[in-house]
Amino acid sequence: MSRKVALFATCLGDQLWPEVVQATADVLQRAGCVVTFDPAQTCCAQPAFNSGYQQEAKAVARRFVEIFERADAIVAPSGSCTAMVHRYPHLFRDEPAWRARAEAVAHKAFEFSSFLVRELGVTDVGATLRARVAWHDACHGLRELGVHDEPRALLAAVRGLELVDLRTGEACCGFGGTFAVKFPELSTAMLDHKLSALDERVDVLSAIDSSCLMQIRGRLQRRGSRVRALHLAEILAST
Amino acid sequence: MNSMRPETFAANAREALADATLTGALRRATDTFADRRAAAIGAVPDWQELRTRAAAIKAHTLARLDHYLEQFVANAEKAGAVVHWARDANEACAIVRDLAAARGSKRLVKSKSMATEEIHLNAALAQDGREPVETDLGEWIIQLAGETPSHIIVPAIHKTKEQIGELFVDKLGIPPSSDPQVLAAEARTRLRAHFAAADLGISGVNFGVAETGTILVLENEGNARMTTTLPAVHVAVMGIEKVIPRFADLETFLRLLPRSGTGQHLTTYQSMLTGPDPTGQGPRELHVVLLDNGRSRIVADELMRQTLACIRCGACLNACPVYQSIGGHAYGSVYPGPIGAILTPQLQGMHSAGTLPFASSLCGACKDVCPVKIDIPTLLLELRRRAVEGEPAAAPGAPASLPTRRKPLEALGWRLWSWVTRSPARFRAASALTRLGQKLPFAKQLFGPLRAWQSTRNAPELAKRSFRSQWRGPVR
Ligand code: SF4
Repeated sequence: MSRKVALFATCLGDQLWPEVVQATADVLQRAGCVVTFDPAQTCCAQPAFNSGYQQEAKAVARRFVEIFERADAIVAPSGSCTAMVHRYPHLFRDEPAWRARAEAVAHKAFEFSSFLVRELGVTDVGATLRARVAWHDACHGLRELGVHDEPRALLAAVRGLELVDLRTGEACCGFGGTFAVKFPELSTAMLDHKLSALDERVDVLSAIDSSCLMQIRGRLQRRGSRVRALHLAEILAST
Repeated sequence: MNSMRPETFAANAREALADATLTGALRRATDTFADRRAAAIGAVPDWQELRTRAAAIKAHTLARLDHYLEQFVANAEKAGAVVHWARDANEACAIVRDLAAARGSKRLVKSKSMATEEIHLNAALAQDGREPVETDLGEWIIQLAGETPSHIIVPAIHKTKEQIGELFVDKLGIPPSSDPQVLAAEARTRLRAHFAAADLGISGVNFGVAETGTILVLENEGNARMTTTLPAVHVAVMGIEKVIPRFADLETFLRLLPRSGTGQHLTTYQSMLTGPDPTGQGPRELHVVLLDNGRSRIVADELMRQTLACIRCGACLNACPVYQSIGGHAYGSVYPGPIGAILTPQLQGMHSAGTLPFASSLCGACKDVCPVKIDIPTLLLELRRRAVEGEPAAAPGAPASLPTRRKPLEALGWRLWSWVTRSPARFRAASALTRLGQKLPFAKQLFGPLRAWQSTRNAPELAKRSFRSQWRGPVR
């Protein structure tokens, strides 16, 4: 089943982790999608929105709507950015014309793992990775988009991979955008609680959001841990 | 800890994190409550429907609050209660002080109530030499220690049993013990004496039923039952949002509240009081003080109104990773945790409490557990917007307030960010500049946010080449 997919790299993915975005495109193509990337795209506007600067966020969100409204399906390797697009109708609640356009775009914006499982009905993407993997349920994916079973189903089909249950799997990693730099000690305490459940059984901590992984990886590296932080797309692209 | 203010949240949080006894106690207690809640709701197949119904009842009531309040007052008065209206904390305190003074009340007892904490009633009564004795065990401990509660249903959640033992040795002169049984027995003996002598009892109200004029007080220790029945006079302080339309609505709320708060199927005591006791065995007078204190302003705001649906179960505190890490005192407000972060700025104003909506990672765990489905993350985001953009006028003709937390440099930064991010060409140029900038050896030391990040975590670097410059187009 071939679907046309407009890839939303997310600003961080584009600039910091192109390999994650490439892996996302590879897996989608392997699943039979025709993937396009519009270089006019930049950001979903979440950083300004979460900081209270809604006027500034709206200007960026309007651009997003203009760029993506002709797409069939928009797929992003991030639950948080996808959830932001789903918030556009609320953001434009006082502007009926934009609200309607925002609703149309929100309706076809999907997070990567749920797009594969719910929209394409795919769980086995033919990946192989010999590793014991623990899963981090990124908050916005989990609670705003209801992403929970989908990544687990995808990981279960990866050859050689063993999924290790993490007691703190659903705990927030403490990133929260500017929260992480406004309250660095608090943010780190939340992260350390999350990581306290890691043990020697775990090789990889994975998630659907690169921003959580940036927080997690930064701390793991600082502590000299051998546990790697990998995006789900990177795991699914491994053969 | 008690001098903490919302303005200094960041420093308060740091102080809390440095206290290993505190963080340990909090983690154990909040985990226990969260686990009990999960087990209790797991056994209720229609949990989600219950939440939906509760949210609908609250939304309906708050949209017609005037109507239901009038009905409540009429029925409460018909049953013999005396109803007083208090516009703000001062008026409410004055009403209670006058009631106590007119009756020459000497020994006051009080059961746990957030509304009375909100108006600082104890301090007001203390001015007349009438400070009530707190009779909830946790509140009593807090009162002995001269502190403020750090949780809305578990006031002493931040204390270990060892600390409580030491407090009792110090204040009550008992032999050293940290055995909860021994400590509770000591408290019981002392509190019984206070009950026996009390001439005025003060309580809060969990629900006020409009249809019957009944007030409900929920608790587990029997202390509220005694506070509201033993003294000759009972004064109940009730936020105006506590009214619900029908007696039958209690079926929904009484199933939701205890399960959400402590994981109990029912609280041990549910006192339902309709007027004073006609048999003369209970209180001869029942006074209900209806407290506004900013609530009617919140009701007038359609988006924010849902804040007042809160039934003070405490579930959002137990589920919140920020609260779990630092506890309640760091919020510097009577109402801590997620509900405090949305309620306090609205009650108290953004000037003093505008920091609190930012004290969240927006993880959404609070919204998931809230039995009345308050969309706390959306309200936090709206309050953040108001903090930097200003608040709309509350009513036509009323003045709009100025932004309280707009920092000129930060505002300029976001304007610049928005201008850059709106255009792919500017975005490319900015990222090229950053790529150059991060090569400078001292770049990471210079830039504030990066420095904060790096205090505990390694920072990522921009990729050598962005995705957009690598993309080769779709594979055919
Ligand atoms: S906001 Fe919801 S979860 Fe929090 S105390 Fe109120 S009712 Fe309970």
